[in-house]
Amino acid sequence: MDFLQPVTWAEALEAKAAHPDAVPIAGGTDVMVGLNFGHLRPALLLDLTRVADLRDWAVTDGAVRLGAGVSYARVISELGDRLPGLAMASRTIGSPQIRNRGTVAGNLATASPAGDAHPALLAAGAEVEVASVRGTRRIPIDDFYTGVKRNAMDGDELITAVHVVPPSGPQQYSKIGTRNAMVISVAAFGLALHPDRRAVGTGIGSAAPTPRRAPAAEEFLAGELDSSGLWESRAELPEATIARFGELVAAAAAPIDDVRGSARYRVHALSVMARRALTWAWADHRSATQEA
Amino acid sequence: MRLTCTVNGTEQHVDDVWEGESLLYVLRERMGLPGSKNACEQGECGSCTVYLDGLPVCACLVAAGQAEGRQVGTVEGLADPEALHPVQQAFLDAGAVQCGFCTPGLLVATHDLITRHGRPSDAETREALAGNLCRCTGYEKILDAVRLAADRMAEPTAGGDR
Ligand SMILES: Cc1cc2nc3c(=O)[nH]c(=O)nc-3n(C[C@H](O)[C@H](O)[C@H](O)COP(=O)(O)OP(=O)(O)OC[C@H]3O[C@@H](n4cnc5c(N)ncnc54)[C@H](O)[C@@H]3O)c2cc1C
Ligand code: FES
Ligand code: FES
Repeated sequence: MDFLQPVTWAEALEAKAAHPDAVPIAGGTDVMVGLNFGHLRPALLLDLTRVADLRDWAVTDGAVRLGAGVSYARVISELGDRLPGLAMASRTIGSPQIRNRGTVAGNLATASPAGDAHPALLAAGAEVEVASVRGTRRIPIDDFYTGVKRNAMDGDELITAVHVVPPSGPQQYSKIGTRNAMVISVAAFGLALHPDRRAVGTGIGSAAPTPRRAPAAEEFLAGELDSSGLWESRAELPEATIARFGELVAAAAAPIDDVRGSARYRVHALSVMARRALTWAWADHRSATQEA
Repeated sequence: MRLTCTVNGTEQHVDDVWEGESLLYVLRERMGLPGSKNACEQGECGSCTVYLDGLPVCACLVAAGQAEGRQVGTVEGLADPEALHPVQQAFLDAGAVQCGFCTPGLLVATHDLITRHGRPSDAETREALAGNLCRCTGYEKILDAVRLAADRMAEPTAGGDR
């Protein structure tokens, strides 16, 4: 096995182009488990932790550009105000030790349906910036997940950053697991309200082959908020609207039975989480100052 | 490959490191520092917790080469030659050590917690130590030890900076 430690992004991309089967390693919280247990024996490990370009986040044109090397711990401590949905999701990941190392980019590349960053990124409408020696492109998050642990990257590409326009309204993240810390989700739900564009964003985790949105639920809720003037009045949401939203979120799932939970349980849990997340987010929206 | 890093303040060089091995393996098997324990090798138990550039991490999930040129702090670096660190002494005094397998990781995690928070609330302690499993104590004595250590570490500089 070879171990390469590029210092510049150009070097990293050249290495990946020359060795498409090289395994990049960032926080190592997925890769090292594979190495320790002998499931993963790449010819080349490509350590990205020396690449300074990946280490930071910045705000450009109103969007947060989150460098691929930024840890969950930093998302929580530095971006909790701008990206509360992603920060909430990050807080549920592993343990402090895992959050000190693990990255959103690593979560994206692994593309597990259970990855906790995905529902928040879907609800916010993020874009994944990937690069290769051929150039750079941005993949809308909806197109990024292509199958169970599969994503839209080509063999010579690496993730540079994730772009997230901070949702203009409240965000929530809800996750069900067997305990509070250190659990893979049984089911998860992310919600973002976008009052500026009168839209609703959702993300479902652990309940389909890929993380996915619930488009019918988004359209239904945005339509209700619009037609009843609720975005402006900030009146209480009708119970029926909340219940229907929960049903539509659950209907968007295509879960399986596995050791962590049955498909039926996941569908039920999703409807409950969706109702709760909406109730919490709407309470935040109502109490937010009426400036928008 | 050759690996050079600073462990507990001393520069260490080791040769013939396999590229796929973990920092935990290097510490235990190549540097003679078996304090950090290997109980799961998958980040679940925290018994391998060490500082890497000042942050607590699972040494089993750090590729050896990722530690090149970095600062590593292990449980072996906590005590003075003369005396245990107050966190270590508090674990002993509170009865928070039974088989002791989880202890090195908990000591590093607790050291980090008290360094950052001074006197953490119980909720903060539970959150900060959520990645450290103990099969023996039932955790109550560990919480006692954290409170005791925090109190003792706060005393000498009470009113001053810590
Ligand atoms: C104990 C434990 C608990 C965990 N708990 C959770 C949890 O609660 N929720 C959750 O979602 N996940 C959890 N995980 C999984 C893991 O922590 C996350 O998936 C994390 O986001 C991976 O990030 P990383 O930087 O550590 O990735 P790495 O392990 O370094 O890499 C992961 C994958 O991404 C690739 N990669 C990394 N960076 C790039 C890049 N820039 N470009 C292209 N490919 C790249 C790697 O080749 C690899 O395929 C847990 C893991 C452990 C060990
Ligand atoms: S041995 Fe590293 S976390 Fe268990
Ligand atoms: S004392 Fe035995 S595992 Fe904690």
